[in-house]
Amino acid sequence: MSENYTALYEQHKKAGASFTDFGGWQMPLKYESELAEHHAVRNAAGLFDLSHMGEVWVAGPEAAAFLDYALAGKLSAVAVGKAKYSLICNADGGIIDDLITYRRADDKFLVVPNAGNAKVVAAALKERASGFDVLVEDASAETSLIAVQGPNAEAILLKLVPAEQHALVTELKYYAAVEVTIAGDELLLARTGYTGEDGFEIYIPNVDAAGLWESLLAAGEGHGLIPAGLAARDSLRLEAGMPLYGNELSRHVNAYAAGLGPVVSLAKESDFVGKEALAAIKAAGVGSTIGQKLVGLKGTGRRAARAHYSVLKDGSLIGEVTSGQPSPTLGYPVALAYVDVEHSAVGTVVDVDLRGKAEPFEVVALPFYKRQK
Amino acid sequence: MSKVVAELKYSAEHEWVAADGSGPVGIGISAVAADALGDIVYVDLPEVGSTVTAGETCGEVESTKSVSDLYSPVTGEVTEINDAVVGDPALINNDPYGEGWLFKVAATEEGPLMSAEEYAAANGGEL
Repeated sequence: MSENYTALYEQHKKAGASFTDFGGWQMPLKYESELAEHHAVRNAAGLFDLSHMGEVWVAGPEAAAFLDYALAGKLSAVAVGKAKYSLICNADGGIIDDLITYRRADDKFLVVPNAGNAKVVAAALKERASGFDVLVEDASAETSLIAVQGPNAEAILLKLVPAEQHALVTELKYYAAVEVTIAGDELLLARTGYTGEDGFEIYIPNVDAAGLWESLLAAGEGHGLIPAGLAARDSLRLEAGMPLYGNELSRHVNAYAAGLGPVVSLAKESDFVGKEALAAIKAAGVGSTIGQKLVGLKGTGRRAARAHYSVLKDGSLIGEVTSGQPSPTLGYPVALAYVDVEHSAVGTVVDVDLRGKAEPFEVVALPFYKRQK
Repeated sequence: MSKVVAELKYSAEHEWVAADGSGPVGIGISAVAADALGDIVYVDLPEVGSTVTAGETCGEVESTKSVSDLYSPVTGEVTEINDAVVGDPALINNDPYGEGWLFKVAATEEGPLMSAEEYAAANGGEL
């Protein structure tokens, strides 16, 4: 059993959620129907409790230089107010976690790791901080995170923001964050998400989380807002072609095989943990001319591929599915899979072993779903 | 809590059997199973005229989250399948004991089945 409950556990129970263990946390899997929650996010709005995610603050005169060393991306190039998707890697290039880092000041960053990795990431950052004039503080236990995702997210949020601050919200760019007064509290608001829709993520102290959750639900009345669980979050991110740590990403996977080569900044002047290994992996052509590569698969029938199913070509094993399910938005099965690079070209038809029966799937470009802007 | 209907019998694999003593028996999956699976999006049923065997797989039920084998709770010939549920699998979630029925069998033998009370006690259902 999980030991951790978010500050919103009672809200979820009251709403009739079924719970699941995720990264050591009891999290809402769904409230009533995960399909209805999925469609609400695509067509109106969904409210997510993401308080299981970690929040690690990095502050000090050398914060930017430190993150350039600790992470694979060039965080020193991120402007104050902006955010960047990055990776924290091992010396061998394996992925410890994928994370979003917000630059809040010249000398202050917020690093957001995944729930199951939060402690490991905080520990790795603290260890890598030795020799840098920087303070690493894990605020995960005190911080809640609430997301409003979907085309109506902005309209809902504006109802809780004073008129003179509306422009801060409406002009907030994707992958940027700003301090805004929401339902009376000054909070960190980010225009980020994991659904493929427009949306926001709000960082808030645990003690205020339940109040904000209720305020957002009330503001969402008439805008189609419903609470959404991890089942919908998973199907939404899969349609959007976004990797999930533990499925697509792990310590045994490198950025180039995962299609995250552009996230790695080999060009930055400073050394970083994993740089030498990743340079060698890239030079060897992993993910392009040798080894395996993460691809999108589209099913031709109705049966879905699931994680760990084998991918075959002419009866020979060429890969493995990492995530898969029927796509609620598109109406056909979608999957992510690692396959041998020679069978990874878009348009290639492969088979997936669906419990003993080979079913054809086509390699397609990612993402499966892209919202109309 | 998921509903368990008193008049039905249940298998350990969460199929229900409606037997009134005459004619083919109706078969479906319990609300406990439907709720655990989540929104069902695909169902594969045995063909009419085929023979199913108690305790053996005869199809599958797939939800957004997972897939699960369908086990026949009885042995016999399939006399009818619910075409409506093939076209609209959500019927299983909405009405597992009614419109969401799956198939009918001219049963010659029953597998081990539980009473509604036994099934509810073992699976946390509500009578």
